[in-house]
Amino acid sequence: MDRSELAIEIKNLYKIYGLKPKLALDRLQSRGTHADDTGHLVALNDINLSIEAGKICVIMGLSGSGKSTLLRCINRLIDPTGGEIYIQGCEITQANKKELRQIRLSKIGMVFQHFALLPHISVLDNVAFGLRVAGVPRKERRERAAQALQLVGLGGWGDKKPSSLSGGMRQRVGLARALVMDTPILLMDEPFSALDPLIREEMQQELLRLQSTLNKTIVFVTHDPNEAATLGNRIAILLKGQVVQYGTPLEIVMSPANEYVRDFIRGTDVFKVLSAGQIVDPTRTPVVLAEGAVTALPLSRPTVAGPVAVTDPAGRLLGVVEKPSVLGTSSADWSRMLSQDFIQVSPDQLIAPLLDELARNQRPLVVVREDNTLVGIVTGASVLKALAANSGSKGKLTEAVVQIATEPVVVAGQRVG
Amino acid sequence: MDFSDFAMSIATAIDNFTNYISLKFGPFFDVISAIIQGINDPLAAGLNFLPPWLVIAAAVVGGFFAGRLPLALLGGLGLVFILVMNLWSAAMLTLSLVLTAACISLAIGIPLGTLIAESKRVNAVAEPILDFMQTMPAFVLLVPAVFFFGVGVVPGVVATIFFAMPLPIRLTAHGLKMVEPEVIEAGEAFGANRMTILFFIKLPLAFKSIMAGVNQCIMMSLSMVIIASMIGAGGLGDEIIRSISRLQVGRGVEAGLVVVTLAILIDRFTRRISQKIDPTA
Repeated sequence: MDRSELAIEIKNLYKIYGLKPKLALDRLQSRGTHADDTGHLVALNDINLSIEAGKICVIMGLSGSGKSTLLRCINRLIDPTGGEIYIQGCEITQANKKELRQIRLSKIGMVFQHFALLPHISVLDNVAFGLRVAGVPRKERRERAAQALQLVGLGGWGDKKPSSLSGGMRQRVGLARALVMDTPILLMDEPFSALDPLIREEMQQELLRLQSTLNKTIVFVTHDPNEAATLGNRIAILLKGQVVQYGTPLEIVMSPANEYVRDFIRGTDVFKVLSAGQIVDPTRTPVVLAEGAVTALPLSRPTVAGPVAVTDPAGRLLGVVEKPSVLGTSSADWSRMLSQDFIQVSPDQLIAPLLDELARNQRPLVVVREDNTLVGIVTGASVLKALAANSGSKGKLTEAVVQIATEPVVVAGQRVG
Repeated sequence: MDFSDFAMSIATAIDNFTNYISLKFGPFFDVISAIIQGINDPLAAGLNFLPPWLVIAAAVVGGFFAGRLPLALLGGLGLVFILVMNLWSAAMLTLSLVLTAACISLAIGIPLGTLIAESKRVNAVAEPILDFMQTMPAFVLLVPAVFFFGVGVVPGVVATIFFAMPLPIRLTAHGLKMVEPEVIEAGEAFGANRMTILFFIKLPLAFKSIMAGVNQCIMMSLSMVIIASMIGAGGLGDEIIRSISRLQVGRGVEAGLVVVTLAILIDRFTRRISQKIDPTA
């Protein structure tokens, strides 16, 4: 990966609490002793993370795993004991007080768990706080703050005091306060965990909506695996101050690195991470329609009774043929049977909203990239296979199968009743 | 073995020390005297110069603005009670002593409390001194005050300041330390420096605690000013001491009731006013 694409790079980061943290660090590095022996607490132990620009990186872990400490090291609210952190290539761990303030003002915004708004000034002044510190003239900062409030859906609330807002609205103010600084990086410390579940999901969607236009680099701390799966482009899982796994939500859900990660993500809604492109059915090889005859006919697989996708030689989708088994190799036959009655989805579209369609088993789900090239077809079997891989236990697998299989029966039963 | 010589030598050493101090730092004490008199004398003269009906009217109007009808009634009735007890001028004298002592206590105490909250080192030094000041019996404070400032208003106010200052210092420091760390972090995260965080975030958020300190400081000043009458501070305390020495129980109780009335009025007014101007409300 090109280094310039990295927004944040963390190298061998340590944070040790105790009487002589530097000494404990030396011992930890040279002899590999547990710092517990010296009466020190190792909050962060040799953290290495690269966070790409424009992506949401979720740091997940139980309380006490060091996730908030790690986040605070990034803008040095907490000074690390050892290691380096680069913000867009510039080493923040070496910055002096003045440089540090400048980096915080121009590069890193932050959103807090309990909002951390100032109760004695208006919502607008709260949003303008960072601009005021930066010395932006009053008129300009009020205009920019009002715009930021508009952006988070709180236009017109600027004159109110924070105490007259609900929890969700307060966190929107917290978000606006960070966004108004126009920093490329946003640190979010469990921002939605103090909100009730419905508001939390609303805020998650709001964040994704904002992110789709703003393209910030977001480091997001949470202990909720579902939240991590919903928001994260990448997830880092922390255990006792160490990163035990760093990968895409799908990687983490599908192949947890160890028992801890497996336990942690148990109960994660797998459909939050399954996107269409990741679970196309490998048995549904597409048929390529060239001059004269078709190639790559699925004739060697007589079991494939369902629809197959048909592409041109460049891999672009032409259509779908419902009953391929009755056709020969004549391309004229195939062209005649081409149907456009299918659901077209993009590879990164989540599969969850399409399950209903899949269950009815009427129109095939065809995954197509933006340039109309084919990725494959999603079938019920491929979804089940993904579920099985995730659960890793037979009990869960049958559960999932039964659920899907019995669904129509239940509906029929209701009709009878 | 007789230890009386030993005790005598300690007393002599302390006497010598205080003699030295009062000689060496005479001008310093003169400055303090001048400050105290400079505040108290015009204040006392002013309060006594104003006709009682004007003061009562001011209390009613002020009470109405700060706390509507209940406070207006309380202010009016309280002051009328003092007037009919025929202790008006003594009460005004006491009020001016209290305000003088409290103003000086707060002017020193609130910045000192801020310093204690901001610096661990200052905190470590100040903590035992504050303990010492707070455990010192009120009467004992009169002794050094008399020694350095003689008898009269000035030593009374000095003793009162020593008595009343620890609480606002403690409550200011406490309020600043209790400000939520996340809010301070937010200040830091958005690039604020220490002074901005102190004046723009911490002090406003510690307002309630600081105002509790102000209230307590005034109340303690009142109790000490009465005791300070023993060294000639004057005011309502004089009435009480005189009635004790003459065994006039009735007159003593009257003066006591006026002190209580004054205390209630000051307490309620400062509370309501601090609620009224609380920026965090």
